[in-house]
Amino acid sequence: MVHFALEIPYWGQSLLRVVGGLVAVLLPAGGIVYIFLFKMMSFMQSRLGPMEAGPYGSMQLLAEVGKWMQKEDLAPERADKAIYKMAPLIVLLSTFLLIVVVPFGPDAYFTNFETGVFYAMAVGSVSVLGILVAGWASANKYSLLGGLRAAGQLIAYELPMVLATLGVVIQAGSMNLNQIVVAQNDGEIFGFGGLGNPFIITQFVGFMIFMIAVQAELTQVPFDMPIAESELVSGYMTEYSGFRFLIFFIAEFATAGVFAFIASVLFLGGWGIPFDWFGWDGSNLDTVDNWMNVVGPIIMATKMFALVGVIMWVRFSYPRFREDQLQTFAWKFLIPLALLNTAVTAVLKVAF
Amino acid sequence: MSLFLRDYLTVVWFGIAALAIGGLLLGLAALIRPSKPSYDKAIAYESGVDPVGLGWSQSQIRYYVFALLFVVFDVEAVFLFPWAASMERYGAFGLIAMLAFIVLLLDGLVYAWKRGLLRWV
Repeated sequence: MVHFALEIPYWGQSLLRVVGGLVAVLLPAGGIVYIFLFKMMSFMQSRLGPMEAGPYGSMQLLAEVGKWMQKEDLAPERADKAIYKMAPLIVLLSTFLLIVVVPFGPDAYFTNFETGVFYAMAVGSVSVLGILVAGWASANKYSLLGGLRAAGQLIAYELPMVLATLGVVIQAGSMNLNQIVVAQNDGEIFGFGGLGNPFIITQFVGFMIFMIAVQAELTQVPFDMPIAESELVSGYMTEYSGFRFLIFFIAEFATAGVFAFIASVLFLGGWGIPFDWFGWDGSNLDTVDNWMNVVGPIIMATKMFALVGVIMWVRFSYPRFREDQLQTFAWKFLIPLALLNTAVTAVLKVAF
Repeated sequence: MSLFLRDYLTVVWFGIAALAIGGLLLGLAALIRPSKPSYDKAIAYESGVDPVGLGWSQSQIRYYVFALLFVVFDVEAVFLFPWAASMERYGAFGLIAMLAFIVLLLDGLVYAWKRGLLRWV
């Protein structure tokens, strides 16, 4: 195995990583908006969606960016101006801090934290700060209500998400995301290793809880009370216009992509293919062939788009919950279920 | 510098990159977009009606109990993760100890439930 990256000086490596991170955040965001928001949503509603800009409207994204760039940047008179202008950047920041942990191949990772799961769960809630700040600083009743609703919702659904990943950590015996990928692809089901052991099979309850919690964390439709356009106009984004509004929008879909990346690492086997196929040894990552660093990102992108497809499908299909139903669902159903799942997984792990 | 700290340095670079790309795009937009402020544009939006009172009006914040419960369970998760990662080493003893821990905390949730604190009204 050639560690080609070591020949590049540190500043070069960092630059490459940052460029890779930009690609890994912005390309999925653009793809998600075009494929799912423009096209899939349109087809599900019996219309064509954008068709004018480029073939099948594929240049619509550039047109949108151009449009939003020309819009005036307004701030309400009473708003807390500095914080009001900073809030979209905080939301965008949380997306970039989250992509840092995602591994795309045996050597193709940005960071290799021993406590990667922990880091992801901690950083995933930074966006709440941005949303709460945006709602508060706008000095608008709709914004304030939207921001407070977002905070309450993200608090409630952070817990099921964290507890659902516990089952994965118990099974993999590691908090390192790369080790979790290896544990799944090196694993076997009753002695049969041809499929590996993606944790979606053994941790199906955990996977369902995780995806529901992700849906809520992203404030997608069954859980979109913070935005709730028929009640709160646009929630915490009501007062924003121009490019700051677009940054909220980009961050929403980029975060959907990053959470789908994390879900595919935790439950679908991440960048790997079952190690049995090529006789790789899970305990020694150097035996994994180098071309996995190129194929890995492609596999990850495929799984990511599949998961985002599910998230968007749910988004376009379901009506909105009521605010109290949302809280009840998290506290009285998901959290006890996640704890039960953890306990059962732990007992089975020790018993076998 | 150790590999461990370098990983955290990468996090800092990513943070700076995020702010830089956001700032760059906003700066670019500032060159293009018009700026014609007027009093009407600066009024808070309330569905087209003149705003009543201040934007920061008093409202009842219902979820301080939820916030407290969140802290309890989040701290619980902090303790659960290290145990989960090295479960094979602790075996049956660790399992029983941690199950007792989980049950005790679930007890708190059940108590809040019984008191009716989980109702959102």
